[in-house]
Amino acid sequence: MTLEEQLRGLRGSAPRHVTTETLLGTGHIDGYAVFESPVGPVAVSFNPAGVSAVDLADDESETRFAERFGRRMVPARTPQGWNAKIGRAIERGAPADLPVDFRSVTPFRRSVLEITASIPRGQVRSYGWLARQVGNDGAVRAVGSTMASNPVPLIVPCHRVVRTDGAIGNYSLGGPHIKRALLAHEGTDPMWLESLAQRGVRYVGSATTQIVCHPTCAHARRITDRHRVEFHSLEVAATAGFRPCEMCRP
Amino acid sequence: MEELCNRLAVDLDGSFEEFVVVVRDDLHSGLRRLHGADGEDLAQETLIRAYRALSSYEPDRIRELRLRPWIWTIALNLGRNWIRDRARRPRAVALDDEYGSEDPDPPDTAAWDARLARLGVTQRRAVVLRHVIDLSYAEIAEVTGRPEGTVKADVSRGLARLRTIMEEEEQ
Repeated sequence: MTLEEQLRGLRGSAPRHVTTETLLGTGHIDGYAVFESPVGPVAVSFNPAGVSAVDLADDESETRFAERFGRRMVPARTPQGWNAKIGRAIERGAPADLPVDFRSVTPFRRSVLEITASIPRGQVRSYGWLARQVGNDGAVRAVGSTMASNPVPLIVPCHRVVRTDGAIGNYSLGGPHIKRALLAHEGTDPMWLESLAQRGVRYVGSATTQIVCHPTCAHARRITDRHRVEFHSLEVAATAGFRPCEMCRP
Repeated sequence: MEELCNRLAVDLDGSFEEFVVVVRDDLHSGLRRLHGADGEDLAQETLIRAYRALSSYEPDRIRELRLRPWIWTIALNLGRNWIRDRARRPRAVALDDEYGSEDPDPPDTAAWDARLARLGVTQRRAVVLRHVIDLSYAEIAEVTGRPEGTVKADVSRGLARLRTIMEEEEQ
């Protein structure tokens, strides 16, 4: 063999992961890693734009991702520093400094999800409240379907959004019992929420401050029984001279 | 290649994977010879940069690209300062079932890499691009920014040096 022929023989085929890592880097496929969560192991998908999906980790996770997003996901190492960020985001139920890839949702749904992400741990809000926050009181159903199709449950805490009548409502990541367990895990007793709903209590005010809150607002929880006033509606509260809390914005 | 350029111009995202499949073996083999183990990261990074560049080009510019010299221009530029943003991308986990037993390097590669490593950077690059990757002298001149006559001299001196090295090995 001539020297030139031997040199030509050095041309081999690239290992398959060169293609995989390239397509991860360009965002044509997503990577995913499995994380522990209060609902069990979850597959967290990511691409250069951010975390794109959170789903229960099982044999069908990859298939569901491909069907939903129209691209593949493969097991991959998270970008540097993201492991801790993802762990924290799941633990706190808020994205904080973790970038989220919202390209799969419409601008309307994105703004609903961004407001959802601001609901503090241990508190709940209603679909109706979310609709008002996006400036469209009538969009309650659209808000409901946004929650149902939230691509990143746990991280955008749609489990903290309950039906306007106070019932706990459904949950995309495993059904209503998972939602109840998540709320309980965060220190919100779902039975208590339901008992309030049954009595028609939607807001709670303090007779001392004349401020009215969502029942789960941190301020509302500090009101002593003696000063605690319950309301069916904001109108009734306003008539009684109460003004809305600036933190939970009822 | 021309057909591929047309497809890239019309539907970049739909045909990018095909582009990767067409150029990855050249890129990987060449960069492995030039940069050792880092060649793999460099091949990926070159392809990612190529995608970003293509995303910013007008379709007409993509149609007129000569892909092989173009991609090697990116690769060589990147090779010069490749350390800079290595750690940014998601990295695939090496799973046993997918990559485990796969060793795509042809046999005897290590010996050849040792020989090539004894050449100066310019000669090694010229020899690899001409004889491993099979770029023409004109293409190498374009990619390296050196006159074609000089490239020919680089290649022939590099080959002569390799022959000497092999003779030394036999003694």
